[in-house]
Amino acid sequence: MTVMSETRMQAKNLNLFYGTKQALFDINMDIERNKVTAMIGPSGCGKSSFLRCLNRMNDTILNCVVKGQVLLDGYDIYAKAVDPVLLRAKIGMVFQKPNPFPKSIYDNVAYGPRIHGLTRNKGELDGVVKDSLKKAGLWREVKDRLKDSGTSLSGGQQQRLCIARAIAVNPEVILMDEPCSALDPIATAIIEELIGNLKANYTIVIVTHSMQQAARISERTAFFHLGKLLEYGDTRDIFNRPKHEKTEGYINGRFG
Amino acid sequence: MSKVKFSKSRKSAHLSPPPFFKGEGQGGGGQIPVDNLSSPHLASPLSRGEGSRWRGARKIKNPLIAKRKAAPLLARRKRRENRFRFYGILAIAFAFGFLGILLCNIISSGYSAFAETRIRLPITFSAGMTEDYFGAVRESLKNHFPEVHGKPELFRLYALISRDAEMQLKDMLAANPGLLGKTEEVWLKASSDADMYFKGRITKNTAEAYRKLSDHQLDWLEFLASEKRMKKTFNSTFFSAGDSREPERAGILSSMAGSLLTILCCMLTAFPLGVMTAVYLEEFAAKNWITAILEVNINNLAAVPSIIFGLLGLAVYIGFFGLPRSSSLVGGLTLALLILPIIVIATRNSLRSIPPSIKDAAIALGASKMQSVLHHSIPLAMPGIITGTILGIARAMGETAPLLMIGMVAFIADVPRNILSPATALPVQIFLWSDSPEAGFAERTSAAIMMLILFLAIINGAAIFLRKKFEVKWS
Repeated sequence: MTVMSETRMQAKNLNLFYGTKQALFDINMDIERNKVTAMIGPSGCGKSSFLRCLNRMNDTILNCVVKGQVLLDGYDIYAKAVDPVLLRAKIGMVFQKPNPFPKSIYDNVAYGPRIHGLTRNKGELDGVVKDSLKKAGLWREVKDRLKDSGTSLSGGQQQRLCIARAIAVNPEVILMDEPCSALDPIATAIIEELIGNLKANYTIVIVTHSMQQAARISERTAFFHLGKLLEYGDTRDIFNRPKHEKTEGYINGRFG
Repeated sequence: MSKVKFSKSRKSAHLSPPPFFKGEGQGGGGQIPVDNLSSPHLASPLSRGEGSRWRGARKIKNPLIAKRKAAPLLARRKRRENRFRFYGILAIAFAFGFLGILLCNIISSGYSAFAETRIRLPITFSAGMTEDYFGAVRESLKNHFPEVHGKPELFRLYALISRDAEMQLKDMLAANPGLLGKTEEVWLKASSDADMYFKGRITKNTAEAYRKLSDHQLDWLEFLASEKRMKKTFNSTFFSAGDSREPERAGILSSMAGSLLTILCCMLTAFPLGVMTAVYLEEFAAKNWITAILEVNINNLAAVPSIIFGLLGLAVYIGFFGLPRSSSLVGGLTLALLILPIIVIATRNSLRSIPPSIKDAAIALGASKMQSVLHHSIPLAMPGIITGTILGIARAMGETAPLLMIGMVAFIADVPRNILSPATALPVQIFLWSDSPEAGFAERTSAAIMMLILFLAIINGAAIFLRKKFEVKWS
């Protein structure tokens, strides 16, 4: 097994079962370093389930069984010795619906560093919070109201707060599960720009329902259908020269 | 009026013509086709000038205003709805009516217990008084009513003053030794029967055989009252004394203290046990048949009659562990068993209502299960947990039956010193007093009920306050 230098994460023969129902079938997929990988496909096709396999969020779901391997930098994250708590600090996640804690903006961002003991004193923590909010493009808007509740922000700001919260633990990969589906076009544009900026430092995997969004922001696109990875390649190729007729149909809006 | 209605309904019709629209239009011979209404070029009365608006509105029939033919169904529906609302109001009125009757009944029979009657007598503080304080009272009464002769009659005369006068005079002399050798007018506590007379609960209208005071006694009291030697004062004894065989000397202090100690023991056991049980079952335990059985049993426990818990407390705490009988510790532990299911169920429901997205957020940041529970689930569930706990405590506060079983029904005059000393509780005290035949105890029963209700109101008020305080604004 050789891991190519630019491959960050790798799924190998990944099968996922919810009880007796199989949700993912033999997924093999490489996720490349410092690139945005988009996952598209009709609802219920398993793209979100796959995303949740990448940071073992599926562990929290009852009767959910994962078979196969997911490698991060060549190491199996489902190995027995791996602590999912540490893993999730390395692989951040942003959810579909903005879900800031009902605490202050500061505490939202500081939560991760606090539980992982990343900072030694208040000054360092302040620095991490400021840095994360800046990277998430939220600093200018909230710097005077860090004590306000995170839930008092607008939807787009809340989502950027969630991104800042994920960044604060200094992850290597950021998983985003339809991060813009609850936002208006303006907030979406801001988040998309943010994703473009973030990929210099992070590997980003994003699930999206918007083909335009996938085309705009991603380098690589994966098309899922009924739990199978039908097509995976450069975004340009997928959208311009889809190999699979289902991909073509989905992209052109003929089904899904 | 119709203008306003029209403009509103037109707007909604424009967005999506409701399905009933066409049907009613056909049935009732509606004038405007649907398309017309949703078109922006509708010759709407609203588009005309101010003056012509009303005339136009009358010509064009609004299809949303019911036609005659469609009316019976609509009217029936409306009638049904009104009837439904009326039933609701009726139910509330009924509940409040009964609550009002209860409160009126209790207050009217109990308010007089907060006052007590005192009788003013000239008391000579003689040197020999320390032997027999009540002797001075007897002496004074004898002098005041020189016409009374014979032991039985004198006994009846002395019975007008409470035995409490003894303590009263003793305390006076102890506080002011200079009184010795002097004669002083002293307001002495009247006996319960004299008290009942002065409060108007015993009158000559009742035949002598059916009242506690004889005709002579009533005459003497009348005489004392006419001399302005009787007055009503605030009954501080009720709040500063424990139980007593004599109503005028009985108070709720010992039972109140017993209640507080019992509730304290109950809360300190039930709250941590209940919350931990609920948190474990809800957040950590695997969902299998064992937890399913546990859940069913916890829910069943909430419905077990409270006297069964009393028997359990008797058998386990007193019989097996040998804890002291009638102590507030045993009472608290028994009541803890009683309210445990209430706390567990309230806490579980509260935890279940936390949005899973918050837990997901914490888990995705690398929080351990325990961190996500301690940092997020429990704080967010706190208002519900506190409400459930306080409701449980209010329930425990009013519980009598289990306490009877573990011996907290004993006659306790002293204020309990600690959780191991014999104690009684307020509801048990009410139960005991309600059993007593004396009229003085009847009013004290009602007064004690008032205090209990006041206490429960305070506890529920605290529940509301705490819930508001811990409530997280999601905005």
